Amino acid sequence: MSDTRSNPVDKRSGSMEEKQERIGVYVCHCGSNIAGTVDVVDVAKWAEENLKHQGVVISREYKFMCSSPGQELIEKDIKELGLTRIVVAACSPHLHEKTFRTAAKNAGLNPYLVELASIREQVSWVHTDKTVATQKSKAVVSGAVSRVIENTALEEIKVPINPNTLVVGGGIAGIQAALEVANAGFHVYLVEREPSIGGHMAQFDKTFPTLDCSACILTPRMVEAGTHPNITLLTWSEVVNVAGYVGNFNVTIKKKARFVKEDLCTGCGICQEKCPKKVIDEVFEAGLGYRKAIYTPFAQAVPNYPVMDKENCTYFIKGTCKACEKFCPTEAIDFNQQDQLINVDVGNIILATGYDLFDARRVSNYGYGRLPNVFTSLEFERLSNAAGPTGGHVVLRDGKTVPKSVGIIHCVGSRDKNFNNYCSVICCMQGLKFAHLVQEHTGATVYNFYIDMRTAYKAYDEFYQRVLEEGTLFVRGKVAEVTDAARYSNEKGKLVIQVEDTLAGKQRRIPVDMVILSSGLQPRHDAREVGKMFGISCSTDGWFTEKHPKLDPVATMTEGVFIVGCAQGPKDIPSSVAQGAAAAARVLDKILQREVTLEPVKASVDEEKCSGCRICNGMCPFNAISFLEDRMVTRINLALCQGCGTCVAACPAGAISGTGFSDEQIIAQIDGLLFRNLAPIGA
Amino acid sequence: MTDQFEPTIVGFTCNWCSYRAADLAGTSRMKYAPNVRLIRMMCSGRLDPTFVLRALSGGADGVLITGCHPGDCHYMEQNYKALRRYLLLRRVLKGMGIEPERVKLVWASAAEGARFASETTLFVEEIRKLGPLNWGKTSGPFSVVGDQTTENATLITEKEVPA
Repeated sequence: MSDTRSNPVDKRSGSMEEKQERIGVYVCHCGSNIAGTVDVVDVAKWAEENLKHQGVVISREYKFMCSSPGQELIEKDIKELGLTRIVVAACSPHLHEKTFRTAAKNAGLNPYLVELASIREQVSWVHTDKTVATQKSKAVVSGAVSRVIENTALEEIKVPINPNTLVVGGGIAGIQAALEVANAGFHVYLVEREPSIGGHMAQFDKTFPTLDCSACILTPRMVEAGTHPNITLLTWSEVVNVAGYVGNFNVTIKKKARFVKEDLCTGCGICQEKCPKKVIDEVFEAGLGYRKAIYTPFAQAVPNYPVMDKENCTYFIKGTCKACEKFCPTEAIDFNQQDQLINVDVGNIILATGYDLFDARRVSNYGYGRLPNVFTSLEFERLSNAAGPTGGHVVLRDGKTVPKSVGIIHCVGSRDKNFNNYCSVICCMQGLKFAHLVQEHTGATVYNFYIDMRTAYKAYDEFYQRVLEEGTLFVRGKVAEVTDAARYSNEKGKLVIQVEDTLAGKQRRIPVDMVILSSGLQPRHDAREVGKMFGISCSTDGWFTEKHPKLDPVATMTEGVFIVGCAQGPKDIPSSVAQGAAAAARVLDKILQREVTLEPVKASVDEEKCSGCRICNGMCPFNAISFLEDRMVTRINLALCQGCGTCVAACPAGAISGTGFSDEQIIAQIDGLLFRNLAPIGA
Repeated sequence: MTDQFEPTIVGFTCNWCSYRAADLAGTSRMKYAPNVRLIRMMCSGRLDPTFVLRALSGGADGVLITGCHPGDCHYMEQNYKALRRYLLLRRVLKGMGIEPERVKLVWASAAEGARFASETTLFVEEIRKLGPLNWGKTSGPFSVVGDQTTENATLITEKEVPA
């Protein structure tokens, strides 16, 4: 009953002298940002007079506390007046907490004995009445003073870093990240779910806005990654478990059985030639072409070893065939191969798991899956690709008719409250690229149906201008329907696009031979489970959440786990590559430091008080809490603990304490904010 | 106007979403009622229900709890734990004879400065309508707490509300 929670009260009411803290309060004018609305001189004077009993020995105001002279003022007072606690009433701690902590450190005071009172973001900028704002500032300062007394000196936690890195996903973002780290001389495990690295980019024909051949620019990178001495390439593999924490992750990878011995296979391709079983290739050829039951997804696949598709292999179904084994010149086929679990230790993890294409079937009024000549963007990529199923001939679903008119519909599944609210970023440029390619391949009349044209990047709008000049027709409006029900004679046998032309202000029916849906991007179907495994969260849309949307776009809330490419949100190839390189730089920065510094905001268990009730055990999403069966107490792994404090609040015995945000600190702040000298305030 | 009851409200914010929403309200110069005094924690999951009782017994007329939206928690799912405790706390308050509406849970993402400002103002109005809490001055099982000063408020410092 008499746990530590009642201590703050005792300290303030009676036994003040025991603690003997010497507190300095510094009130910032922030030019006129604060001083314009808050009487800073009054606040400083009030604190010195009214908070004397709590140990405030000096209270000053200054024009810019964060400036060098402002910091020197604090440092000088710490040294000359022997201050043991500092309160700076200024801006948000997210802005200058570090500044003032460093100043304290420079003067020999533990940086965690500094507390910021936000009287700018929380007072002067949001309130107008000067009396009220001054009053509230006093309350906020009082809260910070009460709290800072309960602050304890903390030391930063240092953990050694394993120099190996795991990259999950072998698309262009993952390849870039892996190469950057590997080129710097550190080992990388590159894990890819599919038989080959390359990702979506390997499926594309051309890339906007330069119309580079996608394979021509990608395959050299793939080969480099595949042959790099510092990269262990694990394709046809998936991460199944992640344990540990920054610097010391232990990752379990399932290497699925290929039924091909990688050390013997030369990639000659005879097995694929001889395999009698043809299978529709739903993945790489987007359902437009065939592959064999033993296959490499495309000619330039890295690695070049084929994979046997157990579900479709005649031998696995009927027990006879083995044509591949018979013809393999190096005896590389092994029907007895089993899935393998590989354990690797890494210090950092980069997730480059990419995106799924929006399933255009969901927009039933566009008829994809029902009307044969409605194509998705990925299908068109394969159609126009010289290495694709039609050899680069843009033809209708019958495989021979060249379309005379083509409609390209933008924003399919994106910017639509029924599907995804967000803009998928690449679809406008993709639609423009398709328009160019259709004209180039067929000379057909091309219509682009768009809501807004978004071409914001280097050389993107110039490409738009080029496509405009090439004679592509643009209709601004969201397409209502694609139908094969002809209403007029010129619509017979055609697909009719029904759209409101919002520029002309009228309804249009445009008959075309072919419709291409510029489908949006979606988070991977299993993004949430993957995020959970790696200890990172997803936004409501399902994309992985970055640490800060502007200032920390590749880091996550879990130290040592980074996100790049479309896993973080829809983006084009240049941005994916930039993020891959950025994450690699962050990883290298960590590796080269040899150890990581962790914020000492952590929970810990007082084993004397722990009753072993295990209520906290289920609270931690980071698996930092473990139960010691032999001693019947709970223990928290400091390196895994992220400092959220949920277990601290849950412990019924008060046995868990959280540094930086202890019960004592928070209760003291509550009491301080409600300091009875301060009347309620209002406008 | 001067006769108007001005409630005192303590607001709990999480470091990642709602505190940043408050920061954004500030940088965007959005005006809201000045009755709320904020406390920053790392996560809404850190909120021990006794903090709320401490605030109410210490003179607050209402408590605003804020955190990341469900699914957006920076600690993955800890805001759900805050939600659980909040719902239980409201029942406890009711049992104590305190209007459960004096405690409110609001989700605000780091981008929702406007939401933070408007929800705060709305809550102040709601508490204004409820009137002063007068903890300890009304009769009830906890009236032994005495006046509203912190010295006598020891009764609720013990952890009586399970997680």
